[in-house]
Amino acid sequence: MKHGKWPLLATFLLPPLALYAYFVISPYAQTFVISTTDWHGLSRNYNVVGLDNFKRLWNDEHIWNALLHNLWLLLLLPVVTILLGLFLATMLNVGGRSGRITGVWGASVYKLIYFAPQMLSVAVIGVLWTEVYNPRSGLLNAGLRAIGLDGLAQIWLGDPDVALAAVIAVMVWSNVGFYVVLFGAAMQSVPKDIYEAAALDGASRFATMFKITVPLLWDTIQVAWVYLAIIAMDSFALVQIMTRGGPSFSTDVIGERVYDVSFGDSQFGYGSAIGVVMFFLTLTITIVALRLTRRERIELS
Amino acid sequence: MSTLTSADPATEAAATRRAPAKRSGGKSLVDGTLNVFSHGFLLVWGLLTALPLLWAVLSAFKSDNEILSDPWGLPGSLRWDNFSRAWTHGHIGQYFLNTGIVLIGSLTLTMLLGATAAYALARYQFWGNRIVYFAFVGGMMFPVVLAFVPLFFVVRDAGMLNTLPGLMLVYTAYSLPFTVFFLTAFFRTLPTAVSEAALIDGCGPFRLFFRVMLPMAKPGLISVGIFNFLAHWNQYLLPVVLLKDENKYVLAQGLAALAVSEGYRGDYSRLFAGLTLAMLPVLVVYAVFQRQIQAGLTAGQMK
Repeated sequence: MKHGKWPLLATFLLPPLALYAYFVISPYAQTFVISTTDWHGLSRNYNVVGLDNFKRLWNDEHIWNALLHNLWLLLLLPVVTILLGLFLATMLNVGGRSGRITGVWGASVYKLIYFAPQMLSVAVIGVLWTEVYNPRSGLLNAGLRAIGLDGLAQIWLGDPDVALAAVIAVMVWSNVGFYVVLFGAAMQSVPKDIYEAAALDGASRFATMFKITVPLLWDTIQVAWVYLAIIAMDSFALVQIMTRGGPSFSTDVIGERVYDVSFGDSQFGYGSAIGVVMFFLTLTITIVALRLTRRERIELS
Repeated sequence: MSTLTSADPATEAAATRRAPAKRSGGKSLVDGTLNVFSHGFLLVWGLLTALPLLWAVLSAFKSDNEILSDPWGLPGSLRWDNFSRAWTHGHIGQYFLNTGIVLIGSLTLTMLLGATAAYALARYQFWGNRIVYFAFVGGMMFPVVLAFVPLFFVVRDAGMLNTLPGLMLVYTAYSLPFTVFFLTAFFRTLPTAVSEAALIDGCGPFRLFFRVMLPMAKPGLISVGIFNFLAHWNQYLLPVVLLKDENKYVLAQGLAALAVSEGYRGDYSRLFAGLTLAMLPVLVVYAVFQRQIQAGLTAGQMK
C-alpha cells in the first residue's frame, strides 16, 4: 500500500477532519475560553474574569439543586432499567422448563413491542407522555379512576413532589426494551449446559438468575451501566420538552441550567462554566466506570 | 415423560405451557406456576409499553370533546380530517419534508466521510494516525450541550444559521466520533489477504476502497447506518438551537412546538394526529425490519 498512499490519505481524511474541527472541536475549545469571561450576549465585548464564574457556581443553589436531580437520575435510571431489563430478559430467554434456554412462547412478539419506544424520537416520547400525564384528559389519571384508585390520581408533572419521578419513569419506559434485547443476546451466547447443570442441581429460577446469569453477563451489565449513566447526564432533551425544569425547579438538571442560563438569561460566560463542570463530571463518571470494568476483567482472567 | 430427559424440547415446552396441571411432581408444578407468572410479568410490561402508543393513535381519531371527557373511550367515528388538519395547518407535512431533506444529506455525508476517515485510520500507517483517531473518538465524551453557545456563532459565521444544509453539516460532524470509532474497529477486522490480492491484480487504492473494502464492510455500515439514522431522526436540541425559522423546523422540533401551541388553543385532536403521523411511519418500518434494527443497534452499543 505504498503507491498512492498520500493522495488517498488526503482525500479520505482532510474533508472529515475539516468538518469535525470546524463544527465540533472549535466550539468545544471555545466553551472553555468563554467560561472564564463575563460575556453577556450578542456583542463581541466581554471581560476576562478568570475563575469568578466557577466561584459563583459554587454558591448557586440552583446548580446544587440541579446536580442533586442528576444524581438521582444517575442512581435510579441505571439501577431500575438494568434490573427490569435483566428480569424481563430472563423471563423471555431462560423460559421453558427448569431454566432451559428455549425462549418463552411469543418471545419475538414481546421483544418487538418492548423495543418499539427505542424507535421513537425524544420529542414524540416527551409529547406523548406529557399527554398521558395530563391531569384532566390523560390516560393515567383516567385509568386510575376507572379502577377505583381515585386517590392516586395526580397532577403528575405539576406537582413538585412527583414530577421528577414521573420524568424518570418515562426514561425507564423508553430504555428498558433496548436492554431486554441486549441482555437477551448475551444470554443466548451463554453455553446451554451451564443452565442445564444448574437445573440438574435443582437451582431455582431466581438462584439461577443471580448466581449464573448476572455473573456471566457482568461485562454487558457494566456496558449498560456506562451508557445509562451517560444518558442520565446528557438527556435533558426530555426535561426540556416535558417540564422545562419545573415546576419550581423540581425537575431541573444541569443541561437545563446550561441552556436556560445561556440562551434564556444570555449569560453565556456563566452558562459555559456550568457546561464545563458538567463535562468534568461526565468524564469522571466515565473514567470511574471504565476503571471498575477493567479491574473486574483482570480478576476474572 | 420424566422431568429431565426429553426427546423434543419444543413439544415438551409446549406441554408445560398448555397443561401445567397434568404434570406430576412438585418441580413441574412450580415450573407451571412460574410460567404463568412470567407470562404475567411479560404481559404487564407489554401493556405498559403498547398502551400509551395505542392510546395516542386512537385519540388521533377523536374529537376534542371525546378526548377531554372520555380518555379511555373509543372514538365515536373515525375523524380523518384531524390528520389533514395536522398535515397542513399543523405544518406536519412541511416538517416531514424538512426532516427528509436533512436526513438524506446528513446520512449520506456521515456514511461517506465516516467510512473514508475510518478506512484511512484503520488501514494506513502514518505519523499522527493515533492523534487523529483519538481526536475523533474523544468527541464521544463531550456532552453536546457544552458546545451549544459557540456552535450557534460558528454556524452563524458560516452563514448557515436557519438553513437545512447547515443542519446537515452539523449532524454529520457530531456523528463522526461514533461512526469513525465503530468503523475503524470494523475495517481492522477485514482480512488483509483480499486487499493484497486486489493490489497485485492492479487495483488502485481508490478502487480498492470502493470496489472491495466497502462491499466487504457492508454489515458494519448497516449497523452504524441504522444507529445514525435514529440519532439524526431523534435530534431535538441541535435544531432548537440552530433553526429559529418556523418554515425550516424539523419534525421533532415542530411537534414539540405544536404541543406547546395546542396547549394554549386546546386543539388536542390535531396534536394527537400530528403525534401519530410522527410515530407511525417509524414504527411500521421498525415492524418490517425489526430483526436487522435490533441486531444493528445492539451491535453498535456492544463495541
